Amino acid sequence: MPDIEISPEAKKQRDQRNKAIALGLTAFIVIVFLVTILKISGNISGAS
Amino acid sequence: MTDIPSRSAFAGPKDYFALLKPRVMSLVIFTALVGMVAAVAGGATIHPGLAAASLLAIAVGAGASGALNMWWDADIDAVMARTLARPIPQGLVPKSEAAGFGLLLSGLSVVLLALASNYVAAGLLAFTIFFYVVIYSMWLKRSTPQNIVIGGAAGALPPVVAWAAASGSAPFDAWILFLIIFLWTPPHFWALALYREGDYERAGVPMMPNVAGEASTKKQIFGYAIILVVAGVAPYVTGLGDVVYLATSSAFGAGFLMLAWRVLKSPPKSKEAPKQLFAFSIFYLFALFAALLIEDLFALYA
Repeated sequence: MPDIEISPEAKKQRDQRNKAIALGLTAFIVIVFLVTILKISGNISGAS
Repeated sequence: MTDIPSRSAFAGPKDYFALLKPRVMSLVIFTALVGMVAAVAGGATIHPGLAAASLLAIAVGAGASGALNMWWDADIDAVMARTLARPIPQGLVPKSEAAGFGLLLSGLSVVLLALASNYVAAGLLAFTIFFYVVIYSMWLKRSTPQNIVIGGAAGALPPVVAWAAASGSAPFDAWILFLIIFLWTPPHFWALALYREGDYERAGVPMMPNVAGEASTKKQIFGYAIILVVAGVAPYVTGLGDVVYLATSSAFGAGFLMLAWRVLKSPPKSKEAPKQLFAFSIFYLFALFAALLIEDLFALYA
């Protein structure tokens, strides 16, 4: 398959988009984790 | 609409962020924060971490509906001077990607809000997104001059959603906050339409000045200003707001009425008075909600 050439500027923007997606996904995972911990600990202290 | 040359290879994260209408998002975050703090001041309890996650979810949900609106309105955005610089008319983000982005964020924000708070808030957020995208953008905006009157409900819901996130329900006081934003929306957007009259007409959007004429629009702006200023005092009457709120609402309400009167008396085609009212209307809403926030924070922590 022939390589597709993209300009340095387009490559830079693509890399920035990829980093933003990675950051966004990581942030979402971390937030869901933290929310879960907070909710469960709230339920435990509510039960006891 | 002529094909827009694609420059999507050069789109960066900030162009995707621009799809979310950041200025609208910041107003949503602020009004939602006030709703949440008011709920807590009224006796609701929510962990600060869960409150922050809920506010984030509400903000992202608002941004998602902005992206979906930009997807749907790409054709008219390309024609209006006010919206020409948006990512889709500029060829930076393809329409389909904006739609996918908006749908993904809509789903994630509703799920996050359900996890962080409760199903009532999540349901209200889902309804808000649906109302803005389907009822307002796809139906009302292009079919009736009452578009922003009814569609304004979407922009008025965030404090109710946030109140529900903190308390599990949406009591009368939450709906007073809704009412203030709901009544604020018509004079705000009609003032904008008056000083950008050609823009909406070019795009074929039936805004009140194009349909009913300038004189009628000015009268309606003044009529709504009166009702808004009266409704703006309601929080003091119900006990939601205190004397600081009353003073702020009265002072800014007087300013709003004065500028609306100036619009009413301004000569045809004049842009200055509507532009001033539009700018002031943003301060008006901000001031009222800030006063409530300050009072509630004082009551909670001082």
